[in-house]
Order: sequence, then structure tokens, then C-alpha cells
Amino acid sequence: MALPTYASPLERAWHYAYLVICVAIFIFLISPILIVIPLSFNTEPYFSFSWKMLEPGGLGGRWYDELLTYGMQAPEAPRDGSWFGDMWRNAAWVKAAKNSVWIGLWATVFATVLGTLAALGLSRPEMPYRRVIMAVLISPMIVPIIIIATGLFFFYSNPCGVVGLSCGRLTSTYLGVILAHTALGIPFVIITVTATLSGFDQSLIRAAASLGANPRTTFFKVIMPLILPGVISGALFAFVTSFDEVVAVLFLAGPDQQTIPRQMWNGIREQISPAILAVATILVVISIGLLATVELLRRRSDRLRGVTGR
Amino acid sequence: MTDLAANALLTTADGRPLKSALAAAQVRAKRRAFLLVLPLLLFVLLTFVVPIGQMLHRSVYHDGFSANAPAVSAWLAAHPAGTAPDEAAYAALAEDFKAMKAAKTAGEAGTRVNYTLPESRSLFTKTARVADDLAPPYREALLAVDAKWGDPLVWEAMRSASSAYTSDFYLSGLDMERTADGGIERVPPKERIYVYLYLKTFALSALITFICLLLAFPVAHLLATLPMAKANLLMILVLLPFWTSLLVRTTSWMVLLQGQGVVNNTLVALGLIKDESRLSMMYNQTGTIIVMVHILLPFMILPLYSVMRVIPPSYARAARSLGATSWTTFRRIYLPQTLPGIGAGALLVFILAVGYYITPALVGGADGQLFSNLIQFHMTKSNWSMAAALSAMLLLGVLLLYWLYDRLVGIDKLKLG
Repeated sequence: MALPTYASPLERAWHYAYLVICVAIFIFLISPILIVIPLSFNTEPYFSFSWKMLEPGGLGGRWYDELLTYGMQAPEAPRDGSWFGDMWRNAAWVKAAKNSVWIGLWATVFATVLGTLAALGLSRPEMPYRRVIMAVLISPMIVPIIIIATGLFFFYSNPCGVVGLSCGRLTSTYLGVILAHTALGIPFVIITVTATLSGFDQSLIRAAASLGANPRTTFFKVIMPLILPGVISGALFAFVTSFDEVVAVLFLAGPDQQTIPRQMWNGIREQISPAILAVATILVVISIGLLATVELLRRRSDRLRGVTGR
Repeated sequence: MTDLAANALLTTADGRPLKSALAAAQVRAKRRAFLLVLPLLLFVLLTFVVPIGQMLHRSVYHDGFSANAPAVSAWLAAHPAGTAPDEAAYAALAEDFKAMKAAKTAGEAGTRVNYTLPESRSLFTKTARVADDLAPPYREALLAVDAKWGDPLVWEAMRSASSAYTSDFYLSGLDMERTADGGIERVPPKERIYVYLYLKTFALSALITFICLLLAFPVAHLLATLPMAKANLLMILVLLPFWTSLLVRTTSWMVLLQGQGVVNNTLVALGLIKDESRLSMMYNQTGTIIVMVHILLPFMILPLYSVMRVIPPSYARAARSLGATSWTTFRRIYLPQTLPGIGAGALLVFILAVGYYITPALVGGADGQLFSNLIQFHMTKSNWSMAAALSAMLLLGVLLLYWLYDRLVGIDKLKLG
């Protein structure tokens, strides 16, 4: 992006102004994410920087500690085995984290398995009605979440009502939340896996078959290793979608299925405590890790397919 | 020649004509591809399409009145609109009230009539309380309970509630109401909220899309023209917000923008604004716009970037060497080539913005709410049919945009990161 030598002074001025604008936009993008990290170590219950933070005791893990103790039966007890047992069973944020991981993992497994199979079918040239089916499968990402949650709320109150039967309800169950999150994660798996498959050489399948491999061997020895990076990044997207989802949980989950976003929602709407900033910091660190993983996978996938650069 | 062609019909090794063998293989391949997609398709149909279809049904179906007041529903069905209720009608009404009191369903029936004619639910609960004392002549007895039973508007409301299938919820959603003679008119100006908010949601989304485009264009251009190693490094600044929890980003903005927040404190400390005139950038429309632009910006940058990356720089250089100024080069050569990216990004951001719920709910305050928040409001009030009708209206808008996206961009072009 070097400036050509024939640039006029006005163009030069504009070029530097343009760079300044770009830097400002990057600051706009990144500063809200980084700002919570130092603030979460502020021991005072304020949401702003103050000189007190620089004094001794001004910085500390007070709010991280509160994440562990909030909701415990005996938070003041000495921190021994029983304290940790109490924390693991009763602390509200720990419970929410367990729920988030549990729901997220199952939703990821369902979405990845179903989505990868479907992507394999969708990227075959013979696939009939591809456009319509693709549109239906991507729609959970497009349809506003509030509409999905409203629809599921009615549906879950009597799932067998469609066929005129009655078989209990799915609201306030883990299964209900997992199924909803699976549907929300599917578009991401489809998009990433079909993108990987678009660079997949279909003649490799024929080559494997002509060398005597049965379809199963072909799938596990030829197709799977090549599309694995795409599948894993699709799975990560599905997991993050579930891990970050709050509206479906608000509508469909009961008190037992509170997740981290649900707990944050409570915290933001009711008593906004700096503990929220501690959670936010932890989530930012997690998302940095996920981003790094996805980037590494993308590069590996590009290398395997012989694409250099982007 | 024809003889030869007929004799030399190509066959497979086992003697079948090649044409039919190929056709059969094609059908098999089609079936195999379809079977791979089938499990997911069934899953999405069952957990996504069917629930939404059911909800759409609910937006035109409500049997709260027709099921609980069968006698008066039958009388209304037998007499055309505008018929003044006779003694038989009042007798049917009294009979229904006695049944409803026993079954404790007067509230349900009243709720349904209430949708068509506000403030009539109390009339039902009040009448049901004294239903056992009603005695012939029923007209006088009911009018003695409440003179409203003689009001033609109440009877017209019951008429429209007496059929389980109704367009009343959509009428309300379009800010319309029924008149006493069965016609339709717009509600008084100060009660017109839904159409206004619908249009406002689309207008705000358009504004947010436009701001996103303005911010995304220079950044995407910079990323597309920098050397790969630097661009990949800067790309992290775009992708990190993309991967960060929505609630985290919203929380951070609350911390930054609220009255005692980082931005205001900094401005006060620098002496740029006075302590008593702190900017209010949170819990209002401004807050909604700022935060939504931040959240949706990556969705604009990524498609723009992927289009700009493959624009050959030689075209711009050729234009310059042919004497075009840098502005002309940009306007006539560069900008038209980025149009596919602009279209893809803008449509995606617009679609996502129209359905936004979380951010307006958390930072929108009173005037920053969008249509989704209205749906949620009706859900919490248990006005389920109303919420369903509003959802259908929003869904219609989104599906139209989705169809447009598919036509102009193609769903298979959708990429993430």
C-alpha cells in the first residue's frame, strides 16, 4: 500500500488521513474488548479507571474470587476440600459454566455430525434441489432469534401436538436447549464444511474406488483427513454459537439450565457487578484461544489443498 | 446409417443398454446424495420449520372465545353482521356465562375479545361473577350488570371472536381496528405503535448498515492491499470481535459509554466537557446504534475484503496512466468492482440488524427498542397470538431480504472468517 512516486501533495495528505481513519476504526473495533481486562482487576466496585487502581491493593482478583463464591453455602469457610466441594456444587457461576459446556458440547456434536453429512451430500454435483435445501438449512442463522425462540416456546410446550398426541414438554429440559442450540449451530457447520469441500478434488474418491477401497475406507482415509480442518472450525463455530446464546435459554430453559450468558444477562439487567467484567475477561481469553485455533486450522487446510496465501 | 446406429446400440458388459444404465446410475447417485442430507433436513424441519409454522398458525387461530362461549357463537354465526341482538342472543350469552363461571373460563374468553376491543376483559370477568343470578328477561338482566352489553361495538367484537380463525391479530399489528358496522379503520394516531416501530426498525437497520459500510470500506481496502503477512496480523483485530461473546461486547460498551463510564470520565478529565453535561450515549437510540455497528462491522468487512483481495491493481494503474484523477479512478474503476462485496455485506448486515434483540434490550433504553423487543414484550404478557402475528410480520420482511440475498449473492457464497 505504498504511495506512488507521482502522487500529488493532496493525494499524499489524503493517504495519511486514510491511514489515520483506518487506525481509528481498528481502535473502535478492538478497544471495547480490551478495556474490560484491566477494569476487571479493579478492587473498587466501579466501572471506570481511577487513580486508586495504582495504589497498593487497588488491583486484585477480588471479582474473580466472587465468581467462585457467589451462591456458595459457606463462602467464608477455610479453603479446604469441603470448600471446593461446596464451590463446585453451589457457586452460581460454576454451575452456569458447567451447563454452558455440557449444552455446548452436545449441541456441537449433533450439529457437526448432521451438518458434515449434509455438507458432503450438498457438495456432490448430483444433489437434487440443492438451492432450496441449502436455503432451508442456512435459515436458522438468518431468521431472527426472537422468532425462533417464540416458535420453539410454543412447540416445546407440547412437542407431539403436531401429530395430535401429548407427550410431556421440552421446556425447562436440557434436551430442549440442546436441540435449539443444535439448530442454531448447523448453518455454521454447513458453511465451513461446504467451503472446505469446494476445494476438494472429487476425482480422489474415484481414484480411491478404482484402487479397491470401499466407500467406508474412502471416507475415513481420503475424505475425512482432507476436510477435517473445516469440520473442526465448523464445530468450533457451533460451540461458540451455543456458548454465546442467550435468547433461546431465556425463553426455553428452566432454573436448572442457567448458562453463562443467561447469568450475565441477569447480572447486566439487575445488579451490574464488576464480577461481570471478570467473566467477560475470561470469555475474551477463551475467544482469543478459539480464534488462534481456527486460524491455524485454516492455514493447515490451505496448505493441504495446495493454496498458498489467502 | 440408421440401421448401423440401431444395431450398434451401446450396451454395458452385462448387456443392458448404456443409456438406461447411465440413467439408473445417475438416479442412484442422486439418491445417495439426498440420503446424506436427509437426516439434517428432517432435523431442521422438525425443530425449526414446524415450530415456526405452528407459530404462524397461532397468529390466525385463537379459540378462547369460540370454544368457551358456543351458544352465543352459534347465534352470531346464524345472524349477519349488524343484526341487533335480540332476547335469544342475550339468553345464549347468559347460558354461556353460567357455563363459563362453572368452568372458570370467562377470563380466557374475555382475553380473546379484549384483543379486538380493548378493555372488555373486565366486562367478562365482572359478568361471570354474577352469572348465577342472571334470570329472564336476560336482556334487562345483562344490561343491569353492565350497560356495555347494549353496545354494538361489544357485539361486533364478540362476532369477530366467535370464529377461531381470525385476522384480528394482524389488524392490530397493522394498527387497524374494526368499527361497529363491521368495517375496518386505522386506530387513533397516538395508538399507532406497531407500523411505526416496524418502519423504524428497518430505517435504523438501514442507518446501521450504512455506517458499517462507511467504516468497513477503508479497513477492508487496507487489508486487501497490504502484504499478506501484515494483513493477516491486522485481520486478527477484525476477527477477535467476531469471535467474542455478544454479551461481552455489549457489557464493554456499557462500561465505556455510560454516564460515569470511561469515555465520559476521560472527556471530563481532559476538560472537553463539563462534569454536569456528560454525554448520554447509553440506554437510548445512540447506544443501540453504536453497539450494533460494532457487533455487525465484521460481517461487512469480511465479504468486502474477500472481493477487494482479488481486484487486480493493474486496472487502477491503467486508469491513472490514461489520465484519470485518483478520484475518477476510484469512482469509475475501483468502486464498481467492489459492488458484489458491498451488496453481500450490506444485505447480510441489514438482515441481521432487522432481527436484533439482545443489544437493544440491554442498551436501548426507551427509544432504542426494535421490533423484536416488541415481540418479546407480548410474550412476557402472554399475548401469544399477538406475539405470533408480529413475528410473522417480521419474518416476512426478513425472508424477503433473504430471498433477495439468495438471488443477488447466492447462499453458497456465504463465508465466515
